[in-house]
Amino acid sequence: MSRIHALTIAAALAAFTAPAHAGKTLDGIKSRGQLACGVSTGVIGFSAADSQGQWRGLDVDVCRAIAAAVLGDANKVRWVPLSSQQRFTALQSGEVDILSRNTTWSLTRDAALGLHFTAVSYYDGQGFLVSKKTRVTSAKQLKNAEICVQSGTTTEKNLSDYFRAQGIKVKPVVFDKFEASIKAFFSGRCQAYTTDASALAFIRAKEAPNPDDYVVLPEIISKEPLGPAVRRGDDEWFAIVKWTINALIEAEELGITQGKVDALKGSPDPSVQRFLGVGEDLGKSLGLDREWAARAVKAVGNYGEIFNRNVGADSPLKLPRGLNAQWNKGGILYSLPLR
Amino acid sequence: MRAASRVAQALILAAVVGLFVLLAVTTAGHLEQRGIRSGFDFLLEPAGFSLGESMLPVDAGDSTLLAFVAGLLNTLRAALPGAALALGIGILAGFGRLADNPLVRGLASAYVNAFRNIPLLLQLLAWYFILTDLLPAADAAMHLAPGVFLSKSGLSVPWWGETGFEIPEPGGFGIDGGARLTPEYLTMLIGLALYSAAYIAETLRAAVLALPPGQRLAALALGMSPRRAFIDVLLPQAWRAALPPVTSQLLNLFKNASLAVAIGYPDLVSVAGTSLNQTGRAIECLVIVIAVYLLLSLGAAAISHRLEQRNLKGRPA
Repeated sequence: MSRIHALTIAAALAAFTAPAHAGKTLDGIKSRGQLACGVSTGVIGFSAADSQGQWRGLDVDVCRAIAAAVLGDANKVRWVPLSSQQRFTALQSGEVDILSRNTTWSLTRDAALGLHFTAVSYYDGQGFLVSKKTRVTSAKQLKNAEICVQSGTTTEKNLSDYFRAQGIKVKPVVFDKFEASIKAFFSGRCQAYTTDASALAFIRAKEAPNPDDYVVLPEIISKEPLGPAVRRGDDEWFAIVKWTINALIEAEELGITQGKVDALKGSPDPSVQRFLGVGEDLGKSLGLDREWAARAVKAVGNYGEIFNRNVGADSPLKLPRGLNAQWNKGGILYSLPLR
Repeated sequence: MRAASRVAQALILAAVVGLFVLLAVTTAGHLEQRGIRSGFDFLLEPAGFSLGESMLPVDAGDSTLLAFVAGLLNTLRAALPGAALALGIGILAGFGRLADNPLVRGLASAYVNAFRNIPLLLQLLAWYFILTDLLPAADAAMHLAPGVFLSKSGLSVPWWGETGFEIPEPGGFGIDGGARLTPEYLTMLIGLALYSAAYIAETLRAAVLALPPGQRLAALALGMSPRRAFIDVLLPQAWRAALPPVTSQLLNLFKNASLAVAIGYPDLVSVAGTSLNQTGRAIECLVIVIAVYLLLSLGAAAISHRLEQRNLKGRPA
């Protein structure tokens, strides 16, 4: 009895005196000296290896930012390419510390798979690509059409839901490999191709024999908030990932860019000072040091820079910011306050 | 001695079963501990996705179980006619390999060697893209015969549909009505049959060559023509020897049908993959596929074993 009391008191004391506990996952990452990041097997703009074998993309930069924040080096990441069937198991079993793999945040996935989504890193939606020859201008004209789709995403379900709501029957032709689904569509096997709008832009620009022969239909039939997920049961690690993404978004709002991180340390703006760790120490609450956010932005830039480099104006995809603009610039990107 | 060996067998069996039970219980425990939903209850919930082609009228609102059944039927729909076709082509090619005519022999051996030495997945993809590239677009379908159309959407033939007996005709996106054999289905059928037939041909050839040469010589000495000697004397004996390996080839064909998802054919594996992603029940979906393949393969093996036994016993006098 007395021993239990002593332990309880010791624990309570520890809770008050010690800094926030770092958590199992972070301890593991630190002792390994590497962040294990689950990415896709190749989605241009989000996570794909370039000709030199370097991983690039928006999801990749999220992991690099986190590695910079917790390990001090954005290159200390082990990339684990995962198929859509493998991804959740890889996270659940501890093979990866974070799943940053254009994965849609939905109730079932958040509640039933033993994982937590942390924050939205890209707001996407599902659309259609058709050949101009079909003279289709709206998804509602796709009655009895055959629609090529890649399996293993929420895409098939959205497709069924949308056309059931419209009272229209369509025939999905489901491929497990992206390349096969694209090839089948451009050979004329299907009248339409469906996937997330971000990917449609890329497919039309880079894969079509002649991009002008194809058109993306105006309908966006689903909400696809994409974001990284972590395993359940480690709230400290969950907080680090969540707040690193928020920091990247906040940095854009505050005007902190990759090139200006050091120069802005002398800024009189208290929000900027807090962000860069000059004033208050926000890192302590996360079990990190005071410069965590500054290092993340210095490594990969703020959200706007990450967006432009990978999927936006400076990339082959040329996607508009759209929903992914800051809340005060017509989008819905809204960082929780870093204070 | 026999009793001792039985006891040993029983112990080994118990150990193996125990191991699997332990594995299942531990896995279930860990899943629960990590907050991962498990169990097979998702089978009764609406699937939420539909199949591009199916013998059952399955819709997104129907249960996942029904989608699995429709997927299995699609597998069988490709594998069973594929097996019959493989047997027919295999017998022809096997005899071709033994023919006296050098041209026939050369063609048969080229076919067998090419198809046995290229991975089946590559063959399926090649057939599929050749088929979809060569065929005319759905809105410019070839009119082969009254009511029979061939295009990238497949081969449409008159058949019973939702409105009774339907004659296919050009519609909104190509051909409407009747029954349609899609390019995915045709590819599975052709690809599986040609691949397995090459192995069956080799098996048959080996079985004939393994017969003692005296059999053929004796038949010829009795005044039989070479053809009669082959059909009446050599073939029945060779068939007996070839039956077990041929059955095993047909079973392989059934298992190879699981490559269907690569070319967009909605088979059992494809349905399981989609369900896995909708529900996150990875282990459950894989267990279902494994169990179905195992049960069907064991069943087919048992039938083949009975056939062999009957063959050995029931020799005509």
